[in-house]
Amino acid sequence: MSKKILFIEDESALQKTFGEIFKQEGYEMIPALDGEIGLRLAKSKKPDLILLDLILPKVHGFDVLKELKTNEATRDIPIIILTNLEKINDVEKALELGATTYLVKANYTLEEVVEKVKKSLGDL
Amino acid sequence: MNFKKIFGEINIVSQCKKYHLPIWQCPHFIFLIMGFLIFISSLFAYILGNRYIQDPLLVALLTIFLTGVFFVFGFILVRGFENLAEANRLKSEFVSIVSHQLRSPLSNLRWVLELIMSGKIEPVSQKQLEYFKILKENSDRMGELIKDLLIISRIETARLPIRNENFSLGDLVNSLITDFKPLAEASNVKIELKEEKNLPKTFGDPSKIKLVVENLLDNAIRYIKGKGEVKINLKHQKNKIYFEIEDNGVGIPKEDQKYIFQKFFRSENILKYQTQGTGLGLHISKYIVEKSGGKIGFKSQEGKGSTFWFTVPIK
Repeated sequence: MSKKILFIEDESALQKTFGEIFKQEGYEMIPALDGEIGLRLAKSKKPDLILLDLILPKVHGFDVLKELKTNEATRDIPIIILTNLEKINDVEKALELGATTYLVKANYTLEEVVEKVKKSLGDL
Repeated sequence: MNFKKIFGEINIVSQCKKYHLPIWQCPHFIFLIMGFLIFISSLFAYILGNRYIQDPLLVALLTIFLTGVFFVFGFILVRGFENLAEANRLKSEFVSIVSHQLRSPLSNLRWVLELIMSGKIEPVSQKQLEYFKILKENSDRMGELIKDLLIISRIETARLPIRNENFSLGDLVNSLITDFKPLAEASNVKIELKEEKNLPKTFGDPSKIKLVVENLLDNAIRYIKGKGEVKINLKHQKNKIYFEIEDNGVGIPKEDQKYIFQKFFRSENILKYQTQGTGLGLHISKYIVEKSGGKIGFKSQEGKGSTFWFTVPIK
């Protein structure tokens, strides 16, 4: 069975792009367009990894992260933050809350992001 | 207007923080000084009037009149300053917000292009790939510009943190030379590094110093016409590390040299050869080097080349 990646991101262009690339890599990607759906899907679908944007409708990414890391059912799932916020305070806060990796969108190519995901899943 | 707001207006330190200006340039502080001067001048007017004018009523009237004139004049002047400071603050905020908003669609554009170009959706013909490359290069350029604008707005609003830690400038330079190799080879430029052995560690912010070296290296390669050579020299100098980069490029005309570290400045001769570039790199570099406790400078001759140098402290 293929590994599941939950992608919490409100940009549909990115959902489509990552959906395609993860399919090619043999993963199943579950899209979530806002924080609320993201939290619900994290609990019900039990993904192997979560890719999380920070600026999200309904529930902010930091609140999603906090909830995921305090909830027993989801706290062991590795979470990669994928955002355009690059203030050092945001990075520190996310890592303190338990994010595995923090990636600033502008600094990475698509391939590099996929590589980081594979590494976190132990596939590289 | 409630008391809290009035007190807030009187609290000069917090008002000045809002504009990210040193206290002596802050409109509220200037107004306070102005008030003090008005008080002194009124006192003088009173003393002089008392001495030379017999009628006490006239003295009082003259003092009140002069105080009023000074006050109105001071108020108009300070208001002007305040508007300027506010406009400057709004401009920096605007640049910051717009740049941030531009970043998201740009990331989407870049990643979608990368996916298409990878041929993973469907095969891409050589001709199509050529054009996609042009799109990719242009989106990368836009990304660089946004990055520079964000740094500038952070500098202007005093929100660019410079951290201090020990790091090896030699390692940083070596890894950047590797990164720049493709650009250098494509531009027919050879990069040569002369590094003093056992250089001590540098004390500063490696991510910011990296921006400086990146800018200088990028400029050196880009502004060489045809075949050329870039020589980098790294050495220990008292309590500093000295970095120097020499190119045999187009050089900077003498009349432009005094503006070279100014924001958005691009030399006339450079515009002829290179349309790319924002004129922000050297401005950012100067800020970073000086904030890190170092110095930056250059010497250049038009048509012969330029040598830029900077120093960074050792702990």
